[in-house]
Amino acid sequence: MPAAQEAPSAGGARPLLAIEGLAKTYPGGTRALDEVTFRVDRPEVIAIIGSSGAGKSTLIRCINRLVEPTAGRVLLGGTDIVKLAPKELRAARRRIGMIFQEFNLVDRLTVMENLLSGRLGSVGFLASWMRRYPPQDIANAFAMLERVGLAGLHDSRADALSGGQRQRVGIGRALMQNPDLLLVDEPTASLDPKTARQIMRLIRSLAEERATPALVNIHDVALAQGFADRVVGLQGGRVCYDGPAADLTPEVLTRIYGDEDWSRTIRKADEDEA
Amino acid sequence: MSAAAPYPTRWRPPPFFGTRSRQNLAWVAAFAYLVWSVSTLNVDVKRTLAGFGRALDIFARMFPPDFERWELLVKGMTESLQMAFAATLVGIVLSIPLGIAAARNLAPRPVYLAARGTIVVGRTFHEVIIAIFFVKLFGFGPIAGLLTLSFSSAIFLAKMLAEDIENVRTGPIEAVRATGAGFGQLVVYAIVPQVLTRSVGTAIYRLDANVRHSTIVGIVGAGGIGQTLSASFSRYDYDFSLAILLGIIALVALGEWFSDWVRGRLR
Ligand SMILES: Nc1ncnc2c1ncn2[C@@H]1O[C@H](COP(=O)(O)OP(=O)(O)OP(=O)(O)O)[C@@H](O)[C@H]1O
Ligand SMILES: [Mg+2]
Repeated sequence: MPAAQEAPSAGGARPLLAIEGLAKTYPGGTRALDEVTFRVDRPEVIAIIGSSGAGKSTLIRCINRLVEPTAGRVLLGGTDIVKLAPKELRAARRRIGMIFQEFNLVDRLTVMENLLSGRLGSVGFLASWMRRYPPQDIANAFAMLERVGLAGLHDSRADALSGGQRQRVGIGRALMQNPDLLLVDEPTASLDPKTARQIMRLIRSLAEERATPALVNIHDVALAQGFADRVVGLQGGRVCYDGPAADLTPEVLTRIYGDEDWSRTIRKADEDEA
Repeated sequence: MSAAAPYPTRWRPPPFFGTRSRQNLAWVAAFAYLVWSVSTLNVDVKRTLAGFGRALDIFARMFPPDFERWELLVKGMTESLQMAFAATLVGIVLSIPLGIAAARNLAPRPVYLAARGTIVVGRTFHEVIIAIFFVKLFGFGPIAGLLTLSFSSAIFLAKMLAEDIENVRTGPIEAVRATGAGFGQLVVYAIVPQVLTRSVGTAIYRLDANVRHSTIVGIVGAGGIGQTLSASFSRYDYDFSLAILLGIIALVALGEWFSDWVRGRLR
């Protein structure tokens, strides 16, 4: 564990995100998270890895409280999200963009409506119902569409897109919120290896451009190493590794996943950066 | 195929009641129950035969159908149609909040239980019983029919809506919630697009059903063509009755055709 975890950190700078003693026990008794503590001081891409059931999705969902944590604190820019009342929680969610494995677009709506739904937290009910978004939002949506490589598809229905295209819309929707934090739950698990790399590259470059920290759950260790600055390893709901992506060694992977032959999983230096 | 396969070559699905003898027992019990029911209902052979005779007599007096009082016929049918349309509309409006409240995945537990309770109780009573109740409250005439059909449409549509909402994909709900959207926005963005086509189909089906029901509730005095029919029977105007029946058949066929046409266009 990094030492600089206690006390209002050196230099007094507030962390972008601090997770302290976060725990979640599901009704039924599964202890999915146990005393998870880490902090994010810089806008960086953090891969969260761990075997199936380690608690990765639970961790991400506890941060924006799609799942209610049982104990602990989630400090985003100083506010404890766990304590917020429903109304304030909605305001906090506006600052957190989320990207999903199954894309979770609304199939029967157009690409444009899906993108603009990223603005729902900032637009009144009637305006959003009548699809009357502020002109600036609409311009931003068109710019975003081009940025994620889907220019011209604004009127297509979401269910008419390929998996890779859908995930691009999902990414665009999350970024339309202008978030202070990106939560990404296995963005590539439903995609082929090539598309997966393109999507990870897009997430990484967008996070860098906007200086937004991103927490990315990912199963693919090589992909995690290729696109993340830092890796947090979960095992049985506890943090068992927290360090630079470059420092993942077979020993560390054994600690996270258990015994295996890791020699072929770990990424050879600078394979194919494009 | 190998000569002496070590595997069974015969397989039958396991009997529904566990074992074959229990299955046979179930059949015997069902037959015994049928015999017992018929014997306790006092089915009087003589009266049944007399009924057949009377039926022939009535049929004979029905021909030819008498369209002389067509104004009465048209008035009744228009009343029925208006009743069906208005009741469907009121039913749709009422069913939206009730349906949302009765969806397990949207409503808080107490609200859900209250709404489900309302639906269960509402569905317990047949339209005719509700109509009798409303006729007692508001007197004979189309108001009672309108209220009856509105009530039963609201309950029916709410039940269907709640089930559609419960079967919605949860991913988009999660995603819209994660943007910081409020409850209304969640409904409009994640729920409505997923249930709209089905709900319009259900509403049209209900309209068609209401056309049929509106001819029935009149028989207990709740207005519409049914009331005209009932009156003609009690005055032994069987030839006019036949005219009304033909009118009802045309009306119901029209409703069914319209409902099929709209639902065909929806896909
Ligand atoms: N809604 C739920 N109710 C009860 N238990 C749950 C629920 N969701 C997850 N769990 C349990 O919590 C534990 C952690 O689950 P979680 O989904 O966070 O794991 P994960 O690391 O994301 O796994 P995967 O890699 O398969 O997605 C598991 O044991 C799981 O069975
Ligand atoms: Mg998961």
